[in-house]
Amino acid sequence: MTMRVFGSGIRRREDPRLITGRASYTDDIKLQGMAHAAILRSPYAHARIRSVDTSGVEGQPGVLAVFTGEDTDGVLNGIPCAWLIPESDLKTPDHPAIAKDRVRYVGDAVAVVVAESRYEAEDALERIEVDYEPLEVVVSPREAAQDGAPQIHDDVPNNVAFTWALAGGDTDEAFSNADVTVGDTIMLQRLIANAMEPRSAIAQWVGPTGDLTLWSTSQNPHIARFLTSVVTGVPEHKVRVIAPEVGGGFGSKIPYYPDEAVTAFCSMKLGIPVKWTETRSEDYQITTQGRDHVEEVEMAATSDGKITGLRTTVYAGLGAYLSTASPGIPTILHGLMYSGPYDIPNISGTIYGVFNNGAPVDAYRGAGRPEATMLIERLVDLLAAKLDVDPVEVRRKNFIPAFEDGHDVATGITYDSGDYNATLDICLDAADYASLRARQADARKEGRHVGIGVGTYVEICGLGPSQVAGAVGFQGGLWESAIVRFHPTGKVNVMVGSSPHGQGEETTFAQIVAGEVGVDVDDVEVIHGDTDITPMGWGTYGSRTTAVSGAAVAVATRKIKEKSKALAAHLLEAAAEDIEYEGGRFFVRGSPDQHKTIQDIALMANVAWDMPEGMEPGLEASAFYDPPNFTYPFGAHLAVVEVDAQTGHVELQQYYAVDDCGVQINPMIVEGQVHGGVVQGAGPALWEGAVYDDDGQLLTGSMLDYALPRADLLPEIEVLSNTTPSPHHPLGVKGIGEAGTIASTAAVYNAVMDALRPLGVSGVDMPLTPEKVWRAINQSQNGG
Amino acid sequence: MYASQTTYHRAGSVSEAVRLLSENEGAKILAGGHSLIPLMKLRLSSPEALVDIGRIESLKGITGKDGAVCIGALATHAEIASSDVVSERVPLLAEAAGKVGDPAVRNRGTIGGNVSHADPSSDLPTVLTALDASYCVTGPGGERTIAAADFATGLLETALGENEVLTCVCVPSEPSGSGSAYVKFSHPASRYAVLGAAAVLTADGGRCSSASVAIGGVEPMAARSASAEAALAGSDLSDGALDAAAAAVCGDFGDNVLEDIFASSEYRKAMGPVYVRRALCEARARMG
Repeated sequence: MTMRVFGSGIRRREDPRLITGRASYTDDIKLQGMAHAAILRSPYAHARIRSVDTSGVEGQPGVLAVFTGEDTDGVLNGIPCAWLIPESDLKTPDHPAIAKDRVRYVGDAVAVVVAESRYEAEDALERIEVDYEPLEVVVSPREAAQDGAPQIHDDVPNNVAFTWALAGGDTDEAFSNADVTVGDTIMLQRLIANAMEPRSAIAQWVGPTGDLTLWSTSQNPHIARFLTSVVTGVPEHKVRVIAPEVGGGFGSKIPYYPDEAVTAFCSMKLGIPVKWTETRSEDYQITTQGRDHVEEVEMAATSDGKITGLRTTVYAGLGAYLSTASPGIPTILHGLMYSGPYDIPNISGTIYGVFNNGAPVDAYRGAGRPEATMLIERLVDLLAAKLDVDPVEVRRKNFIPAFEDGHDVATGITYDSGDYNATLDICLDAADYASLRARQADARKEGRHVGIGVGTYVEICGLGPSQVAGAVGFQGGLWESAIVRFHPTGKVNVMVGSSPHGQGEETTFAQIVAGEVGVDVDDVEVIHGDTDITPMGWGTYGSRTTAVSGAAVAVATRKIKEKSKALAAHLLEAAAEDIEYEGGRFFVRGSPDQHKTIQDIALMANVAWDMPEGMEPGLEASAFYDPPNFTYPFGAHLAVVEVDAQTGHVELQQYYAVDDCGVQINPMIVEGQVHGGVVQGAGPALWEGAVYDDDGQLLTGSMLDYALPRADLLPEIEVLSNTTPSPHHPLGVKGIGEAGTIASTAAVYNAVMDALRPLGVSGVDMPLTPEKVWRAINQSQNGG
Repeated sequence: MYASQTTYHRAGSVSEAVRLLSENEGAKILAGGHSLIPLMKLRLSSPEALVDIGRIESLKGITGKDGAVCIGALATHAEIASSDVVSERVPLLAEAAGKVGDPAVRNRGTIGGNVSHADPSSDLPTVLTALDASYCVTGPGGERTIAAADFATGLLETALGENEVLTCVCVPSEPSGSGSAYVKFSHPASRYAVLGAAAVLTADGGRCSSASVAIGGVEPMAARSASAEAALAGSDLSDGALDAAAAAVCGDFGDNVLEDIFASSEYRKAMGPVYVRRALCEARARMG
């Protein structure tokens, strides 16, 4: 019989080709007659362009064309923003694909050269003369919003693109009646996504037919098709976007970038295929970054530790231009999550989206939720310290009690299901919390500085009901669709509109089909990433692919099952209601020996020799799944660190992750997602951060300076879980892609502060590099 | 990453390499490529010609000589770290070579390229200075020897003449009964030494008979700490003696202490005594 594979940790079917170098990425594709584009980028963070002289490029070896903003102006439309949050006075200044008269960040495109080879194109770039008039620069989002700050867009006063307010309950009253309050200013530094595969695009314009094909490193090819049509004017049905193998994204491959539009423009001008692939240095300068928050936050509580209010003012840096989804990240995906796992009756926040002279900021793994979790968990720890109680006890006192079907929080959203004490219990048991605290006490007696940090969280994923998407200004739907097609031999193709790029859905979606109708996983091929082949979908981001696209696969497969039952009843000469299904076989109740397998059914449906009256041939079903609510995974993480007070070095010694992502389709893939997520969240706590100087120059411009987490700096990560099914999801699934990142920054940060508290240090800006920690210790020891 | 156009020459021998260098103005020597190629990809270096010495057999290999080890310029960090003769005679060098970069860098990068690049945050110049190594070079005028302490003349600058090739690094064996250690503060991204401290201690009758202390990463060139060595000489190598020696290193730092976004000069200076203390402790523990 068929092995039950739904819920088992089978190996990823993607991996053999990925780890043996047999996968084909955009840059691997070579088309006949293809030319290569290189883009000249502004060395200034803010400057007026007086002139661009390209005469030195003409006649250079291999050069086919050079274009500037004068050429694209009026031909390409501006790069659009697709998340227009309501009631926020959002400004959407023009974002030309190639700057014409002003550049606003280091990396802004100024000209493009197309040549027979990339080397020739790069050589030619050096011969373009641009006369810049440097303008004043502002980097900090908080400073950018002040009166008198350099003005980045003439039509955006004080650089404030939007002001978004959130209010639930009566926060002012909560603070005036509070027994205790705690507060902090939290800096969440810019992060560079560092996908292993840099971004790349190939555009192929076929003039006689008017067809434009774009191979693109996209997390959402259907959105890319729509936006390519908007920017180039090529009708949507004549645009095909193919996202072949995509090597990681972490959110940075959601946006539609100027580079794709410029590549398409070049192909359309020259009538030949044109490829552009970013260098790693370009990736650092131009690919969207994450976070960039300055958060002024405070919490009100009673003297026995009950949280009564939370109040924030957040300056969210947007970079020089609005990116595709950027306004939604610090608002809908951040502010609405301020309650975390806690019952907080009064919550308010004011969030300023602020332009600054850096690369555009957009979604980055966790997107808004790590920024929310960090501030909540930081304040809870500060409250515990102020009340001199164990931080775990403050959490327990304020957790929302377990619920199975809906809980409203003060920010106005409804969590689907949760059991926050359960994940914390599992975490503390696994870590043996009491022993850890005893070990910490012993270490302190020896003058060693061990710290224990907890990060608990609730996140929002499974984005989401399309009606809500519309209500919050997302310029699209958030449903997903799937086609499940059985071939005569009983083998299956599944076409989905989402676009996995490392998350493993070629495996988990096959497991869903196998679990529903009993085919072997190896008999199912999952196809994605080509708008001409796959049905419409909104893409892979926000931990939504398994939750939304997977639900569409399940619903479509259930339609297959219903039709199969009807066909089996006909073939077995029984009534449909008497047909039972088990393990891939349809049989008459009580007579399991008389059965039809799903393969029998597939063959008959495809040849259609003996179909019941009125039944269409074929065994294929499609489903459009629009979720009734978001899903809300949650969990509890714990980190143990030791700080070397002489040098400021932090050693991350132990890590426990307990996540509840609902029903798990493949626990091995869940574990892998948690591993990666935890590391990606620990990075910014201890090592990672993009640094711009006052002139807007990116000082962390390569992997020599930008410290990504490395395996030898990390402990074994203990991964555990609990299962609280989502009540509204066909499979009970919630989502796991971002959970680790959402919890771990706070857990690691809190652990370091726990270690430093006896030394009188209460706060240090991230990343907690040795010098910063050393200085904080010294300042505290020298009387602050 | 697209380097400018360059001309590639492969040298079959040291003399051919010297000739090619003389014939091609502005040519650069290419060996493991782990310092030069990254600069070329960023177009920070655009040499008109490359002279590849990577296949010259006479530059390969590690051999024990009387009281010393001679290491061919093309020996990789990995070869040095795993070499028995290096581990027996100059364990300090084996330890440092094993801490260079990461496995990929250690498998490609060479000792000759490393010291010729004269990066102040490199590991090998620090230990080679501590070990009183000497570098054999060959140029149009023949062969000569340069002491490790005199080799680097500034940030990324060396005493190597324009058309000279570094051929061999000779390292005197550590004295018998001595203990040595290299303690490194790795930059979390680049793995270069934010600070590297090397120490070699020898004792006679409970007293320190010789001490060598070198520090890299703090100043434009790796350098010995005369003050620390003086404090150790003749001492009983007690904790107090090591404390005093470590504290003395600050006095040897000039005005030119390095600084970057990861570590200020003030912090680097403050870490000097801490890392020297740790290197001395470890070296003392290894004496015997």
